[in-house]
Amino acid sequence: MLADVRLLEEAFDPGAALGSFSALPDAGGIVSFLGQVRGGGGDAGSVEAGSVEALELQHYAPLTLPAMQALAERALSRWVLGGLLVWHRVGVMTPGQPIVLVAAAARHRRDAFEAVDYIMDHLKSDSWFWKRELRDGQWHWIEPRDQDVADHARWGD
Amino acid sequence: MSARLVFLGRLADLSGPLVVAPGPLAAVALPEGVLGPRVRLALNGVLVDAVGLVLADGDELAFLPPVSGG
Repeated sequence: MLADVRLLEEAFDPGAALGSFSALPDAGGIVSFLGQVRGGGGDAGSVEAGSVEALELQHYAPLTLPAMQALAERALSRWVLGGLLVWHRVGVMTPGQPIVLVAAAARHRRDAFEAVDYIMDHLKSDSWFWKRELRDGQWHWIEPRDQDVADHARWGD
Repeated sequence: MSARLVFLGRLADLSGPLVVAPGPLAAVALPEGVLGPRVRLALNGVLVDAVGLVLADGDELAFLPPVSGG
């Protein structure tokens, strides 16, 4: 089974993506996670930080997509899945727009929950993306929070 | 005969891409702040160590600061 792994330069429709994905015949359960650009204080997390006007995800082509594909392969070898979708945006996005969609289909729900959790933890703090937010007309680089690093560490890989 | 240095993420604020002569990385006058304990390097798409690194003609060396996706 091959994973559907994409690096997307343009906005995507998560509803349409999940609609196609859920047509997998052997799936007893499908778990999905959608990350989108938040407004308010953004990743800085405080009102004082100002509202997020835009978010930019940068990548490095020689590394980013190959590493996403390798991550999906690790998830496929770790859990029994009938399907796996990993889509990640790059470029400039505005609040409310989707950034990342991860979905896993499995015969039993636990495999699907854990596979999506695993992939998101690795996308947040161990994949080749660089994120910055536009607040009050200024770009601010965002680094993983301590919680993101701890979330990644619990998988032991 | 040249190699190319590219800087990702916040390092791109310090320098745009640079074209340098092939040879030891240690001999290249790098922009201040682009090397550090949390910066990783990729030579032609493969992670490498800075120690003893020698650039060949046509190489691309990427400077990769801490990441944040999702």
